[in-house]
Amino acid sequence: MSRRPLVRECPPTTWYFRQPRYLRYMSREITSIFVGAYCVLLVVGLQRLAAGPAAWEGFLQALRTPASIMFQFLALVAAVYHAATWFNATQKAMPVQIGEDFVPGSVISGAHYVAWAVLSLAILYLAGVF
Amino acid sequence: MAKSHKPVVWFPFAAGGTVIAFFIPVIVLLTLMTALGHVPAGLGYERMHAFAASGLGKLIIFGVVALSLWSSAHRLRCTCFDFGLRADTLVATVLYVAAIVGSLASAIFLLRI
Repeated sequence: MSRRPLVRECPPTTWYFRQPRYLRYMSREITSIFVGAYCVLLVVGLQRLAAGPAAWEGFLQALRTPASIMFQFLALVAAVYHAATWFNATQKAMPVQIGEDFVPGSVISGAHYVAWAVLSLAILYLAGVF
Repeated sequence: MAKSHKPVVWFPFAAGGTVIAFFIPVIVLLTLMTALGHVPAGLGYERMHAFAASGLGKLIIFGVVALSLWSSAHRLRCTCFDFGLRADTLVATVLYVAAIVGSLASAIFLLRI
């Protein structure tokens, strides 16, 4: 007796071109590369801060090279995209039930967006931007 | 009940995802402003050093950096797998070790300030 189980072909390196939603998933995955690299930049910044005023000024100067500006711009886009998709997912990840009813998802995600805006403005204020 | 090490990986991942979402965009914006020549007053050496020298400042900086590193390491591991790099044990080991080393380094730098 022979049986031929169904084996779905799944090309390991190109599978995400099959569906637009897979591409959207992968576009979010890619943001981790920029965010991860930026975290390394933060660790370097801490090392420079610990090394004294001259080292810190050198670090701030090094941020100004064209390649660094390009990288930070991409990191900003990636970080904002990560944040938006993360907050959109909160309503699925942690639904809130009050009595019989669930709180609408838009309220949960919306609350996160409001908190994000308030926190970002507070940090910009504390950093002396305005 | 079967024991799993997944919560150990997952908790910092979820916490880090939230920390990244709330904090990293505005931090990138601040360094980008610096790079474009509009240095915010708070990024000067005196104020950054004073912030990092305080206990609360150290805790906030370490929390943001360490959780972001761990979350990024976990996400990069998934990204590598999704792009077809299936040597998961190797990738996971390299990335998690990198995240731990980065976190320890951050703690050491903070303690020196």
